[in-house]
Amino acid sequence: MTEKQPVETRRGDAGVAPASLSRTDLGAAIIRKRSRPGEWLAERGIFAVSLSSIVMIFLIFAFVGREALPVILGQTSNARTQKPLTPDEATKLPADKLAKYIGVSVSELKGYDAETLKTLVELKAEELAQVSNTDSRINTTSWQKMFQPHRWLGYDKPEYIWQPTSEIPKYNCIPLFIGSLKATLVALLFSVPLGVAAAIYVSQLASPKVREIVKPTIELLSGIPSVVLGFFALIVLATILQTIFHYSSRLNALVGGIALGLAVIPVIFTIAEDALTSVPKSYSQAALALGAAPWQVAWQVVLPAALPGVFAACILGFGRAMGETMIVLMASGNASIVSASILDSCRTITATIAAELAEVVFGGAHYRILFLLGTLLFAVTFVTNLVGEMIVHRLKARLEGA
Amino acid sequence: MDNPVFHIEKLNFWYGAKQALFDVDVTIRPNQSTAFIGPSGCGKTTLLRCLNRMNDLIERTRVEGKIALHGQGLYAPEVDVIELRKRVGMVFQKSNPFPKSIFDNIAYGLRIQGVNSKNDLADRIEASLRKAALWDEVKDRLNDSAMALSGGQQQRLCIARAIAVEPEVLLMDEPCSALDPVATAKIEELIQDLKKEFTIVIVTHNMQQAARVSDHTAFFYLGKLVEFDVTTKIFTNPANKQTEDYVTGRFG
Ligand SMILES: Nc1ncnc2c1ncn2[C@@H]1O[C@H](COP(=O)(O)OP(=O)(O)OP(=O)(O)O)[C@@H](O)[C@H]1O
Ligand SMILES: [Mg+2]
Repeated sequence: MTEKQPVETRRGDAGVAPASLSRTDLGAAIIRKRSRPGEWLAERGIFAVSLSSIVMIFLIFAFVGREALPVILGQTSNARTQKPLTPDEATKLPADKLAKYIGVSVSELKGYDAETLKTLVELKAEELAQVSNTDSRINTTSWQKMFQPHRWLGYDKPEYIWQPTSEIPKYNCIPLFIGSLKATLVALLFSVPLGVAAAIYVSQLASPKVREIVKPTIELLSGIPSVVLGFFALIVLATILQTIFHYSSRLNALVGGIALGLAVIPVIFTIAEDALTSVPKSYSQAALALGAAPWQVAWQVVLPAALPGVFAACILGFGRAMGETMIVLMASGNASIVSASILDSCRTITATIAAELAEVVFGGAHYRILFLLGTLLFAVTFVTNLVGEMIVHRLKARLEGA
Repeated sequence: MDNPVFHIEKLNFWYGAKQALFDVDVTIRPNQSTAFIGPSGCGKTTLLRCLNRMNDLIERTRVEGKIALHGQGLYAPEVDVIELRKRVGMVFQKSNPFPKSIFDNIAYGLRIQGVNSKNDLADRIEASLRKAALWDEVKDRLNDSAMALSGGQQQRLCIARAIAVEPEVLLMDEPCSALDPVATAKIEELIQDLKKEFTIVIVTHNMQQAARVSDHTAFFYLGKLVEFDVTTKIFTNPANKQTEDYVTGRFG
């Protein structure tokens, strides 16, 4: 509509109609609504695309969450609490209970003759009698056992243990969370300073020639497949770091974290560099004209002005580090131990899912708990992003003077 | 007369292959204000930005000729641009406060120059805001963001920021183009005041303003200095026909 408005208004004498148009014509010209099918279509198209990505995310979450639902609701149990029954007692049970006791379906049960049934009941009683390990009476898939320490037989204190394939499967998720956080922390401690410093250098201090070389080089890092980075960490980095620091476990959170950092640097760099470059040149000009040195301008004027973007870059880096799988699977040692030391091996949530999901019984407790881990990972990243977004928003508002 | 602050001789300036200044000779005297006038694109800003070497920031620019500050060549290799800019302050054509508080905007330059004590800062910030005719409007909200000020207030804040560090020369590029007549009058008054302490170079499109605030006026046309003389002479009895046409408004 704007393009059809009388040009006169732009010259400042608004309201004065050109001679050829009366006032009423002018009024009609601005209220007449024209249909623009092209625009309408494009708008809807863009809307549909963005909607579909949201729906996609929701569907993925719903699927992962559904698989984990029985554990979340506490409906699963792998405790062996049944008492052995004599054949007499067993035959008195209603059909469905008996079927459950033996571990067959009701229809199968109906197909058995009395003799078979008796044998099955005896076998079950024998099996149950053999269970001497009192740990086996514990439902290891309860929330409590998944997140609180437990003193298992043979241990002298309560511990967090992830041993899903031992005789008594232990599903404590805490070691995996610690593993993920440790690797992510090392990765961020390594990549945030480097990524942001590189972004400051490239966007503020480097000469155009240097910028043209450094920027694409760092961005190229993001093109390296993570399996290659993992391989590099496994073979080269681990050896180098061990020779320098002389620690015992060759693959650990430090090696995994640094390799992870290499994958995160380009993410942080690219976004932080964008944020720093888009700070109006007039800010740095003002500072330079006051006699500030270029590094002072970069650090005291440009970085604070770009802080929302730089912070958002770090949040994205966190998400990438939490979600990255192959590098940590290859380079962090994968021992699910609870330890604060970054020189111990660690097993991350992602590596656990990747390594174990292919071998679990479909629909079993272990399977469901792996999906629970996936759900929690999703939730952690989601909440982090949400909180990060809120902080970014606040930082922005502060810069704009609200 | 006393020694000039800036002595400019046969100055040529290029943006890439495009020459923007041709053999310009100007002398800027201490405690006086000098106005650069001329039609848009004639090189006023370019010359102004040579005086504190802000043009260094633009790629592929080239300077030839002589600019001296108290006899020291500005483009000599031993010159420290940072020190130069501390002595030659600048107010830009478009106001450009930092996205920080009003207080921090002015404190920034002071802190760079090593003023750190809270009291000193507060005193000098108040003084410069008063000089820039902004104090009464912002004294109750020094900690608010400068971005929340109006355009004219922002420009006065930029002036306050530039004079807070007490430069020897103040370069002003159309400082009043975003101001209303009241604020403009205040700034003009300020310029008269500031002349006692500083040397002022001002670019303006407003002939009356040039006539009111400046002691000397330089008229440029297409990158060449057409006439440079005492302001009253330029406005009442210019030697050049082009100058006369321009100052009387008969010029396209
Ligand atoms: N960064 C630049 N790169 C290339 N050419 C430039 C640049 N800045 C200015 N110029 C050119 O140099 C000439 C002088 O520009 P300058 O900005 O000095 O004009 P001015 O007199 O300040 O104009 P105005 O009154 O419109 O501000 C113009 O022709 C302009 O196009
Ligand atoms: Mg200009």
